Amino acid sequence: MTALSRTQIILLGALLLPLLTLGTASKKAFADPLVVDLSNHLVAITTGFTGTNVLLFGAVENEGDVIVTVRGPDQDMVVRKKERKAGIWVNSESARYKNVPAYYASASNRPMDIIAPPDTLLDYRIGLQNQRFVTENKLSNEEQVLYREALLRNMQNAGLFGQRPAKISFLSNQLFRTDIHFPANTPTGTYTISVYLIRDGKIASVKTTPLVVSKTGISAEVYEFAHRYSALYGIIAVIIAVIAGWIASVAFRKR
Amino acid sequence: MQIYLPIAEISVNIFLILGLGGGVGFLSGLFGVGGGFLITPLLIFYGIPPAVSVATAANQIVASSVSGVFAHWKRGNVDLKMGLVLLVGGIVGSTAGVWVFAWLRSLGQIDLVISLCYVIFLGIIGGMMLFEATRAIFRTRRRGGQIRRSKKHQHSFIHGLPFKMRFYRSGLYISALLPLAVGFFVGILTALMGVGGGFVMVPAMIYLLGMPTGVVIGTSLFQIIFVTANVTFLQSIQTQTVDVALAILLLIGGVIGAQFGAQFGSKLKAEHLRALLGLLVLSVCLKLLFDLVITPSDLYSVMPGDL
Repeated sequence: MTALSRTQIILLGALLLPLLTLGTASKKAFADPLVVDLSNHLVAITTGFTGTNVLLFGAVENEGDVIVTVRGPDQDMVVRKKERKAGIWVNSESARYKNVPAYYASASNRPMDIIAPPDTLLDYRIGLQNQRFVTENKLSNEEQVLYREALLRNMQNAGLFGQRPAKISFLSNQLFRTDIHFPANTPTGTYTISVYLIRDGKIASVKTTPLVVSKTGISAEVYEFAHRYSALYGIIAVIIAVIAGWIASVAFRKR
Repeated sequence: MQIYLPIAEISVNIFLILGLGGGVGFLSGLFGVGGGFLITPLLIFYGIPPAVSVATAANQIVASSVSGVFAHWKRGNVDLKMGLVLLVGGIVGSTAGVWVFAWLRSLGQIDLVISLCYVIFLGIIGGMMLFEATRAIFRTRRRGGQIRRSKKHQHSFIHGLPFKMRFYRSGLYISALLPLAVGFFVGILTALMGVGGGFVMVPAMIYLLGMPTGVVIGTSLFQIIFVTANVTFLQSIQTQTVDVALAILLLIGGVIGAQFGAQFGSKLKAEHLRALLGLLVLSVCLKLLFDLVITPSDLYSVMPGDL
């Protein structure tokens, strides 16, 4: 639905390339070394939403490696550990993490550890392993590792954290593209997409662009209404049920 | 065909939900039960968050109780006074229940409590039903259809309680504390389990209050309407977990299913029906118990912190 066809890409490239070459021809210093855009800046969660792909495409001046990260809005997450008590598995200890992105994915044209040294990736918090999650709960070092792994694993299983960096493909030396997948359970909010241009293991340029994931249509209105006018929503829910029940009793009265 | 549920925030197969409502509706028509105790666990098995399942089931039970109460009302099978006293207890109980629900949710224990409540109640009710029905089947075979009547009134501590009230329609003169307590208890269950509570209310009315069986169903349906309406309203305010879209899908399926169930039910013997229902209730109970006891594939779970 949102993915652009290959011909469209080439067309876009054709539009972008003259700009780049123009830039190099006139004065190198003024040229933008990195140009990116999305096929869509809005992911609309409609009633029929089952997940979607957003195409990220761009161009680099001269050669270089590209890394893309997609970070959803921050939220608090609670990790709970189950323990067996009297034969039953019960939630026991827990840790609350602050500023956990509701969604995280990354992509690169080559394995990240080849593109840049670990220190650079850590400094820019690039990649899932370099995300820092803060908890106020007092945990031993061993527990911290276990809880952190559990957080990553659960988010990955829910499809909200990318299992591994996706592939960025270069169409020529300068044009690149990658698909960002958003699953059916994608949380709403403003996402930040960062594109890093890396040369010789150093970040040469960074571009960030926002992406909004929001509910639209009836489901969005229902959700809005339920949260903003919750008392009225409750009353309406009861009225709908009473009317439905009444219609049913009339429609199926003993013949 | 997939549909995105606005409150549950997941997309579900529309025909599967309609079928689920229809299936439970069929059973409720067949057995003459509300079906809340089946719909909530089934929604949870399907992957709807337990909190949404419970609150939405309460909303759906409002509809099924309304459609059921009219016939009883017309035949005069509703003891209004008794219904109102039960209702007072029910409103207090369900309000307390919604509060407890929100509290348990913040502790991360709500899923466990919902499951445990189901295991306990479904286990007891299913077991008793199956036991009683199998006995009845064998007895009718042996004696050729005769059923022994139990003693009508037994004196116990119950008759010593204060605040006695006269309930003309039920022909009772008992303490108002009793129906208040029954209503209160069932109200808590409604809030915690997303059930009408008929499966607890009906036996309590017959055996504890001593009401004549003719008015029991009508009166219990009458008060269930208001208690589940109260739960729907309070859950909407407190937890925003009532999914109207899901409730509507369930009711459409449920209403149609119940008609077929009622027709099919008239062809079966009552004790056979009870035995089947007992088996069904027990199997849901065992599935829930199994899920609590087996080692989970991941010992850690992750939830957004604002829930």
